Amino acid sequence: MPALLELEAEYGKAKEDRAFKDELELLQRTYIGRPTSLYFAKRLTDHLGGAKIYLKREDLAHTGAHKINNAIGQALLAKKMGKKRVIAETGAGQHGVATATGAALCGLECEIYMGSIDIKRQALNVFRMKLLGAKVNEVSIGSQTLKDAINESMRDWTTNVRTTHYVLGTVFGPHPFPSIVRDFQAVIGKEAKRQILMAEGRLPDYLIACIGGGSNAMGLFNEFLSDDIKMIGVEAGGKGIEGGEHAARFAGGSIGVFQGCKTYLLQDDDGNVLETHSVSAGLDYASVGPQHAFLKDSGRIEYTYAVDDEALAAFELLSRTEGIIPALESAHAIAEVAKLAPRLPKDKIIIVNLSGRGDKDVQQVAKIKGIEIC
Amino acid sequence: MNRIDKTFRSLKETGKKAFIPYIMAGDPDIDKTMERVLMLEECGADIVELGVPFSDPVADGPTIQRAAERALAAGVSLRKMLAFMADLRKRSQVPIIFMTYYNPIYKYGEEVFVTDAANVGVDGFIIPDLPPEEAGSLIKSCRSKGLDTIFLVAPTSTEERMKRIVSASKGFVYYVSMTGITGTKLSLEDHFRNHIGRLKDLSGKPIAIGFGISTPDDARSMAAVADGVIVGSAIVKKFHEDPGNAREFIKKLREAV
Repeated sequence: MPALLELEAEYGKAKEDRAFKDELELLQRTYIGRPTSLYFAKRLTDHLGGAKIYLKREDLAHTGAHKINNAIGQALLAKKMGKKRVIAETGAGQHGVATATGAALCGLECEIYMGSIDIKRQALNVFRMKLLGAKVNEVSIGSQTLKDAINESMRDWTTNVRTTHYVLGTVFGPHPFPSIVRDFQAVIGKEAKRQILMAEGRLPDYLIACIGGGSNAMGLFNEFLSDDIKMIGVEAGGKGIEGGEHAARFAGGSIGVFQGCKTYLLQDDDGNVLETHSVSAGLDYASVGPQHAFLKDSGRIEYTYAVDDEALAAFELLSRTEGIIPALESAHAIAEVAKLAPRLPKDKIIIVNLSGRGDKDVQQVAKIKGIEIC
Repeated sequence: MNRIDKTFRSLKETGKKAFIPYIMAGDPDIDKTMERVLMLEECGADIVELGVPFSDPVADGPTIQRAAERALAAGVSLRKMLAFMADLRKRSQVPIIFMTYYNPIYKYGEEVFVTDAANVGVDGFIIPDLPPEEAGSLIKSCRSKGLDTIFLVAPTSTEERMKRIVSASKGFVYYVSMTGITGTKLSLEDHFRNHIGRLKDLSGKPIAIGFGISTPDDARSMAAVADGVIVGSAIVKKFHEDPGNAREFIKKLREAV
């Protein structure tokens, strides 16, 4: 708790600090490559035959995913707080890579926690983190995925709190993390709003994003919450809800208290957290950010899911129609677009958050298709 | 006056310190747990802390994490531990504290759980992932049933925070010997003595020290500065790896305290 109180106070100060904001803005522009483009996906639109589809190209941000927005923000915050060391959990490896990048940029020592199963399926990102100078710690307890990597990061933070800042990667965990991560990701929606007004002269009708912890979705949605726009969050349906092998917390979970927040959780009758499954490591997680839980219960946002096979089909669809290989996480959002767009008239507009690029997933997808590539 | 208060009062009268061993309930099974609680009492435990397994024990180190995995595999849950308590109370009146995490209690239903726990003779709770500011309703339920709530003071806790933790705690205050998780090696940090001294001045309640106390020597030096000593991981490890010598180890700890 003392660490959280300190973080809340320091973040409150940083938010109002002109020099901090200027430094972050400069890095967003010159280092991350912001603003990322809002791209009209004409061939995908024609192929699906309905609403106009725009892609918010977070895959074009430095390191290849939206995770860098938060990692750079928190690395600057760590530096400002005088912490010499940062730690982070990672699932797909994108947040680990982003944090290692931010640490290198700010001259901080960096350690990443990653589940054994994720280390196997995201070998490329593990090597990237090491190249960036981070130490990668394998977490071989529990489900050996993101959930346990967060537990282990919390244990490290509790132990080394005086020297270390924990760069939590999503809109989850104890306050103030969900707010900090949302604020650093909100740049996505701010840009998208400006860009769609330039391109179409009006706001979109739908926003769609995939949801693991929920940071890319919160980043896109936040700016539009008070506008009359439908928003859809897409969870990982894994092998289907009925069999229990999924990560659809809204479709298959109930409210619990976990890792520092009260939100929807996949749990058994005794309150123990269940194992999850998704083809996408970044969505393979038993819980979801508390603000999403609030937005679901208030009815503001609709939450649905896409199963593994639908995500894999969307992965190929976007690659072939647009020449863009999406991350398997983002492919869940594309899968929902593929279902929704054909049912809408041609004058409707959808913005989908293409949260990351799929290079990291190519090897795994090849394996699923039974193809040897190395 | 409940069992924990009585225990600390009679210890104070005789000038002794409380020895509080911890074991993981259900590791390796529930029958062994019964046997071991009775053994701990026989070896002179003043209070027994029973870990109730949870899938994600963030405050615990690898020894207790693995024990929790074994206990969950053996099918132990909060519900089963209440049945266990009803059996235990037919054979022993040793004060029992459940150490678990908040979600199993939330899932059970806070108020119903406290009532059920009081009915089977549980004496108090330690819930490391529930800070006092989120514990208002649980504290209220516990007070009305005479159960104790024990919160943790960390070496990083400020004086203001200590006051808050002390006022939320009943039975005793749990002083965490270091920043970190259970079972880490104990190292007496420089400001430790000052910090715990300050806590004593504020508290007026018994203070027990835990985390990282693994040898009789550790236990002896901790007993010198506190009202009680909690030993967890070292005992869990002994029972798991070398159960034949567990009794002797526990007796040595008892004597040291």
